[in-house]
Amino acid sequence: MSTSQDRADTPEDTAAGTGGDTAAATATAAGPAGAGEPLLEVDNLGKHFPVTQGIVFKRQIGAVKAVDGVSFSVRKGETLGLVGESGCGKTTTGRMIMRLLDSSFGKITFEGRDITGLSQGQMRPLRRDLQMIFQDPYSSLNPRQTVGAIIGAAFKLQGETPQQGTRAAVQELLQLVGLSPEHYNRYPHEFSGGQRQRIGIARTLALKPKLIVADEPVSALDVSVQAQVVNLLEDLQDELGLTYVVIAHDLSVVRHISDRVAVMYLGKIVEVGDRNDLYAKPMHPYTNALLSAVPIPDPAQRAGRERIRLQGDVPSPLDPPPACRFHTRCWKAQDICKQVEPPLVELSPGHQAACHFPENTTVSQTDLVAKAAVSPGASADGAADAPQAQE
Amino acid sequence: MIRYIIRRLLVAVLLLAIISLVTFGIFFLLPKLAGQSTDDLAARYLGREVTPEGLAGVKAKLGLDDSFLVRYWHFIEGIFVGTDYKFGTSVTHCPAPCMGFSYRTNEPVFDLLLDRAPITFSIAIGAAVLWLLAGVTIGVVSALRRGSAFDRGAMSMALAGVSLPMFFTGLVSIFLFCRQFKILPTPRYEAFLGNPATWAQNLILPWVTLAFLYAAMYARLTRAGMLETMGEDYIRTARAKGLPERDVIVRHGLRSALTPIITIFGLDIGLLLGGAVITETTFSFAGLGQLMLQGITRSDLPVALGVTMATGLFVIVANLVVDILYAVADPRVRLA
Amino acid sequence: MAGKASKARGAETIDTAATGAAAAHTPSAFLEVRDLKIHFPSDDGLVKSVDGLSFELERGRTLGIVGESGSGKSVTSLGILGLHNRRNAKVSGEIWLDGQELVGATEEQVRRLRGRDMAMIFQDPLSSMHPFYTVGQQIVEAYRIHHDVSKKAARKHAIEMLGRVGIPKPDRRVDDYPHQFSGGMRQRAMIAMALSCDPELLIADEPTTALDVTVQAQILDLIRDLQREFNSAVIMITHDLGVVAELSDDILVMYGGRSVEYGSVEDVFHRPEHPYTWGLLGSMPRLDRDRTERLMPIKGTPPSLINLPPGCAFSPRCAFEGLTDGKATTERPELRESAPGHKVACHLPAERRRQIWAEEIAPKL
Repeated sequence: MSTSQDRADTPEDTAAGTGGDTAAATATAAGPAGAGEPLLEVDNLGKHFPVTQGIVFKRQIGAVKAVDGVSFSVRKGETLGLVGESGCGKTTTGRMIMRLLDSSFGKITFEGRDITGLSQGQMRPLRRDLQMIFQDPYSSLNPRQTVGAIIGAAFKLQGETPQQGTRAAVQELLQLVGLSPEHYNRYPHEFSGGQRQRIGIARTLALKPKLIVADEPVSALDVSVQAQVVNLLEDLQDELGLTYVVIAHDLSVVRHISDRVAVMYLGKIVEVGDRNDLYAKPMHPYTNALLSAVPIPDPAQRAGRERIRLQGDVPSPLDPPPACRFHTRCWKAQDICKQVEPPLVELSPGHQAACHFPENTTVSQTDLVAKAAVSPGASADGAADAPQAQE
Repeated sequence: MIRYIIRRLLVAVLLLAIISLVTFGIFFLLPKLAGQSTDDLAARYLGREVTPEGLAGVKAKLGLDDSFLVRYWHFIEGIFVGTDYKFGTSVTHCPAPCMGFSYRTNEPVFDLLLDRAPITFSIAIGAAVLWLLAGVTIGVVSALRRGSAFDRGAMSMALAGVSLPMFFTGLVSIFLFCRQFKILPTPRYEAFLGNPATWAQNLILPWVTLAFLYAAMYARLTRAGMLETMGEDYIRTARAKGLPERDVIVRHGLRSALTPIITIFGLDIGLLLGGAVITETTFSFAGLGQLMLQGITRSDLPVALGVTMATGLFVIVANLVVDILYAVADPRVRLA
Repeated sequence: MAGKASKARGAETIDTAATGAAAAHTPSAFLEVRDLKIHFPSDDGLVKSVDGLSFELERGRTLGIVGESGSGKSVTSLGILGLHNRRNAKVSGEIWLDGQELVGATEEQVRRLRGRDMAMIFQDPLSSMHPFYTVGQQIVEAYRIHHDVSKKAARKHAIEMLGRVGIPKPDRRVDDYPHQFSGGMRQRAMIAMALSCDPELLIADEPTTALDVTVQAQILDLIRDLQREFNSAVIMITHDLGVVAELSDDILVMYGGRSVEYGSVEDVFHRPEHPYTWGLLGSMPRLDRDRTERLMPIKGTPPSLINLPPGCAFSPRCAFEGLTDGKATTERPELRESAPGHKVACHLPAERRRQIWAEEIAPKL
């Protein structure tokens, strides 16, 4: 297998042992022209769900801007975490990457190939490379099929028989995910939640995918079992050289599993950065508030901790606030935040944030305003691609 | 809420238009499919004396040779503004709402409908009240005492009620109550306005037999609905508040469980108002169902068409009422 | 300060527990649960959801009950309120609420206490409120069950309560239906309803699990503030160790329907002695520490409550089971005091447990 070579030059290996500061440096080195070649690139991707009204003839009265222009790339062998609260568009983004959902605008490039406009038929050969792990390990498994049939079906779908025979191949996979080969003839209901998630992972791995999008892979599991699955995902990545996009609301899990993290709010990415950098020095106030809201399992820190409490709930994506979408809940918001949308700019190497008044950075506010003044043109281009956005 | 009602009303009107078009289309096409020419139809209308002039006259009067759309337009026009039937020189005016004349008796179809409707309505509404009360009560008690002797007994009865055919239970009850024990008169329709007591006395048997069938169904539906709602989280909340169990069942449980049943109830009533064919036949009541049967067996197309349209109207109106009631009951529907 | 108080109280418990065999028991605490068992006969066997649980709680204090699914934590809370399936359940033991025994009380007696003296908030605020009634109607109903007041007065009270839990424009929102509220607002409304009769005991069963993290923080703050204001006793039931660490004074760790560790929040987080508690702490990635390379999960899965493993229910998943000379698989460990106010149900000698924690577990967290 060539996987070990792929792995050697991913930032994960270099960053893991060295800690925060060097990790940021590594990210720069691995920058645009760096070693890790991008497996997946997402450019100004968006999804607007039309909202219609009418008695006989439906007319569109608005759109739920579930995802409204996100851009990021995932390098081979790395894990990108997408975090955010409910309604931020992280799951929609994952589904669009998988092409389970058509995008309203934007571009998805996988291995250098634009897959945005491919038909379901054209996607079929690519399905092997792009696989998804779902949140609910039970509802995504057919209760009337044995585990062997469920995992074996993945081979069949691609019209491919493994050399050693389907049965042997399935049993190998079962062992790989920590189940016993004897489980081949059992049914999903005979397994616990954690084991079902393992079955789901085995099915995903059957086709040796290059990219796995995992949507809340552990949030339905008990705490003690969550850790087992998190470790399994990491082991498989090391062994098979997998690339992950992990979508989750749990910030601690995302920090643990990801190399880079993107924070989403109301359909936009507000901050992306190297894991250590982002958690240690969050730049966007929203990231800061999210981190501050996570309860810490240590009573000693109860008193001393700085608490940022956001007011109210996330606004409706049907009518998101103008300019900076976070300004309605932000304690740092000024007039400019209500008028000019802050672009996502790199404020320190490998660390981007979309904020007029970022924290933990030396970049001055005047520079940012200048950048913001330049960039509306760029975002207008994006909007032109999206006719729905205008209505 | 107003918007919602207006929307439902418009949909109802549209549906009625579609139903009329489709039924008219079916009755227009049926004779053709059966290989009957317009001459055959006209001949049947004339009866014994078939002459070429007579045939031509009937065809002209009924517009049998006109195209489908012309005839449909004529039909719709008749309903709303009335229409004229020209038979040679004589002109028969048929005032609105006109649904044509019976091929057999030459009576206006609308008058026939008006004549028969009270009988059908009496049967349907009386039975509906009975089965709703009985079915819901039995269903609720069954659900609350799930697995008890009452539950098992009631559900066995319900199974029997659903599976025994109407004409069987009907005839058996006539035999028992009217012939053997002579407790009741042999059912015969009497007008409500004449003497309400005899009206009811005559209708008891049809009511009970019809209600038996439906009550069985409603008991099962209510039981299933109650079992589901009593397991809901909000029932636990109601109990956690310290609400007495009776209020928990009625105000929180039944309120939710009844809502879907109301929908089904509306549709059932609508259908029954269009004629309870088997009940009417079993008890020899000359209601809309019998009229329909006659219309079809005697190829009396205007009559069959008229009853079908009436049934369609009842179902749609019932549906409309139910939808509005549902929106009143469940606030989540109003916004949707 | 809080730790000391809890320990003093813990010591008292031991005294009463020692003399507890005496028939006449006078409870000293506001809420005292003694040897509570809630069993459900089923076709597959007896489900021992709660199997011998004891704890106590004073006004103004918070007890966190931690456990995974099937640990019996939710059944415990429902049992205290008498909301478990009564026809089906076999309940034994004692529950003393402010001097009144609840296990032996009639259904009607318990009902009168529900909502007035003890109230509960649930995990999913949307499904926990009746979709057909407005938020106001539901609070009014809760208030009028226990207070003989006019609808108008009750409505005024409902608006006041909604305002108190931080719902903006309460006089208008009172007429909204639950589905018109956001998730966080709904949970606030649930809290307003639960507190409408000023109960002395509030049980919160996973109150923030269905909420976003920023909203969760708001709700936890709210519960803490209201507890201070109302001086009520709170039981916080959750699987999230972070949530209990933020709010609780004492913590009870449940596993397989039994308590495996019970002590002050400092005891359980800083000096945990049960291998299951260690496992929980090792399983969760923590934002307050440097990222560890690997999590330390507990092997296996939670046990079935019908066929609990013999001896210590945790033994099949325990990494230290071998150190007990086989006792772990044959003998059920009792909850014994290991330090003042800190009780552990484990066959490992206390010295050994402290050593393992200090040398093997704590450094890896």
